[in-house]
This record gives sequence, structure tokens and C-alpha cells, in this order.
Amino acid sequence: MQYHWHWKVLLEAEPGGTGTYLQYLIVGLGWTLATALAAWVIALAIGAIVGTVRTTPARWLVRLGNLYVEVFRNIPLIVQMFLWFFVVPELLPEAMGDWIKQMPPPWGSYVPAVMCLAIFTSVRVAEQVRAGINSLPRGQRMAGIATGLTEAQAYRHVILPQAFRIILPPLTSEFMNVIKNSSVALTIGLLELTGRARAMQEFSFRVFEAFTAATVIYLLTNLVVVLAMRALEKKVRVPGLIAAGGAPQAGH
Amino acid sequence: MFAGYDFDVIERSLGYLFREGMVFTLTLTALAMTGGIIFGTLLAMMRLSSLRWLSTVAGGYVNLMRSLPLVLVIFWFFFLVPYIGGWLIGASRPIAVGAFWSAVITFTMFEAAYYCEIMRAGIQSIPRGQVWSGYALGLNYWQTMGQIVLPQAFRNMLPVLLTQTIILFQDTSLVYVISATDFLGAAAKVANRDYRLVEMYTFVAVVYFIVSYSLSLLVKRLQDRIAIIR
Repeated sequence: MQYHWHWKVLLEAEPGGTGTYLQYLIVGLGWTLATALAAWVIALAIGAIVGTVRTTPARWLVRLGNLYVEVFRNIPLIVQMFLWFFVVPELLPEAMGDWIKQMPPPWGSYVPAVMCLAIFTSVRVAEQVRAGINSLPRGQRMAGIATGLTEAQAYRHVILPQAFRIILPPLTSEFMNVIKNSSVALTIGLLELTGRARAMQEFSFRVFEAFTAATVIYLLTNLVVVLAMRALEKKVRVPGLIAAGGAPQAGH
Repeated sequence: MFAGYDFDVIERSLGYLFREGMVFTLTLTALAMTGGIIFGTLLAMMRLSSLRWLSTVAGGYVNLMRSLPLVLVIFWFFFLVPYIGGWLIGASRPIAVGAFWSAVITFTMFEAAYYCEIMRAGIQSIPRGQVWSGYALGLNYWQTMGQIVLPQAFRNMLPVLLTQTIILFQDTSLVYVISATDFLGAAAKVANRDYRLVEMYTFVAVVYFIVSYSLSLLVKRLQDRIAIIR
């Protein structure tokens, strides 16, 4: 049994008339990155706030933070995707729901996908931020307070700057996760890289060429991210600390 | 807020959702967990092997799997498995493999990469003296591994392995992309037939939350109970 490879298919025109299949896939990579980056920025902001809040002495804030984390950690990503795409517009006031539903493609899928990935990732960022803050010696906070800083100032000037530098390596892998996870957006109709590879397979019947091309593009993307982050990690590493590897963790 | 919603549709389809969908999901999770842990442990042993080529091959496989989105891997195996099957039995055409077995193979192969990293950390956490004393007693590699190292590594890593299994349980919902009837797939079919998307997807989210959250609480309790006091 043999499979007849036909790599030239990548240079053939795709039926949409936008260019070759290769260009079609590269545009898909563009959507993957656009989705992942937008989600990542929001996730960092929310995750930093939720993670920090969970280390404060305010009991009800901690509870609220825990609730947020548990809810979005225990529902599968694809189900959350469906919630943002199918359910949220129905629960909003009618005018707003209709406005969302009538957004022209691809924005009608892009916006829910970004929101979904942002919230999903923010939970994991929050866990890292909390772990980073808790890994600092208690003395850091105490010394901050003793020098006359308020609690908020101690966080702003002493605790968070160190915590963020410590958790950079695990955040790198979270960033790679959000790139990979953005492929789930194909289920709500966003034509990102995996979605386009799937579409190419359906149009051209070249199954393995399409998926191999997507695989290679993902691997190259990973390589670029890893190299860039390694350079960044070297720059911001806290002198005197053993490089933070962290405990083994379950992951996607 | 929920006026005009028909929550009756859930009750009407409960039997189908759980007998068809949830059974699929749970069977897939159990098989992929078993296969994944076994294959993952073998991969971990390969990665830690002193044979250079063996650790390179295993490392390459693990890194490849961990760099790709699960959805893409599901597509890969969905199309690849029939070809490999045909090639194995010498057929001239790809053989038919159902969505279920395709999913079992996919998740076993994919999760093995993640279980491997956990087991590798587990094995590396065992003091070297344990291995040496095994060899000193005259045990060979497989005996030392099977009777001394792996039992301790498993015990140390049990909470993480189970947490990974909860993630696996959630990830199996991605078989939706190959139109399998898992719990989500069954709910999606009812939702689209009766046009009750809001009710069904909310219900699915609630069920997944309850199952995953209860399991994570159990893992937490187990973690406290089996922790070795050092």
C-alpha cells in the first residue's frame, strides 16, 4: 500500500481565488497568531489581577478568585468556545446579542474565540502568578511594609516585579499553549491554520500534504517563540536564583 | 432571564446523552489513560536511557506531540490510522476504522507524550542509591525498574497523573471535530435537531464542571493522604 505524494499541490490555486494553497495556509497562520496574541494580552491582564488577588488577605476576594479559577478550569475548552459563540449572545440584551450575531465573518467567530481563549488562559496565568508570589520569601513583603510602603505599594514595587521575572518560563509554555489552543476556534468557524489545513484537505483531497504543511508551520512557529523567549528569559532572570523549573505539572 | 427557554429538552434526551455520549467519553478516557500511561512510561524509560539514539527518538516524539495542537493531531490520526492499518495487513486500500478506535489511538499516542514527562520527573525524583542497591542485589534493569523504581515513581506522581487524566477527560470532547458521538457530540446532535443550543450547551458545561471539579477534589484529598513525610 502506498500513498502518492503530490507536493506541487501547495503551489496550485485554492478554489477561493485568493492565491495558492501555501498562501492560504500562511494567512491561516496569521489568524492563528492574531487570535492567540489578542487572547494572550487579555489573559495576562486578567490573570495578573486574579492571581494577585488570591494572595491578598481579603477573604472574600480570595474566594471569588478561587471560584473564577475553578469554573473556567473545569469546563473543556471546546465547550467554553460553544458557550461564547452560541449561548452568550442569547443571554445578552436582545439588541446587543443581535449586533454580535450579525458581525461579518470572520469577526463573528474571531471575537468569541478571542474572549474564550483569553478567559481560559487567564485562569492558567492566574495560577502561575499566584505560585510565583507564594514562592517569594515572606520577608520580602514584610521588609516592604517595614520600610513604610502600603500593602499595594509593596505589591507594586517589591513583590510583583520579582514574581513576574520568576514565572516567565512557565508563562512561555502558556503562550505556546494559547497558540495551540486557538485551533479549537475552527469549531466555531474561524479559519485559522488547522481549519485551513482541514479545508485544503477537503478541496484538494491531498490529506497528508495539507496536514504535513500545517505541522511544519506550527513547528517553525514554536521554534521562533522558544528562541525569542529564551533570549528574554536570559535578560530578565533574577540574579542569584537557580533557574525556576517548577514542579512537574499536568498540561494540555 | 431564562424565559422562553425549554429546559425540558434536557430531560427528554438524558438517556441518549448519558447512555450513548457519556459512555463513549468515559470508555475513551479509561482506554486512553491506560494506554497512555503504559506507553508514556516506556517513553520515559527510553528518554532516560543511556543509549543515545533511543533517548533521541523518544525525545523527538514527545516534543513533536507537545508542539502540535490536539485538533491537528486528531485529524492526522483520523486519516493516518486507516492507511497504517491497511499497510500492516497488506491490504491495497486503507481499511475502515471507526471514529471510536481512531480516537482511542489518537488520545493514547497524544497523551503518552504528557504522561511521559510526568513519569520522567517521577523516575528522576528517585534517589540514585535505589538503582544502585537494586543492581548490587543482582537484579537486572527490568527487575530494578519494575520492582524498585517504577512503584515509587508511580506513587510520587499519582496526583499529577490523575490531574492529567482529568485534563484528558475534558480533552476527549475535541472528538467533536471528527463527528464522534461523545457526550458533547450527543448534546450537539440533540441541540441542532431541536434547535436548543443554549439549553444543551449550558447543560453540557454544568455536567463537565461537576465531574471535573469533584474529581479534582478527590485528587487533592488523595494527595494529602499519600504524601510521604520526609
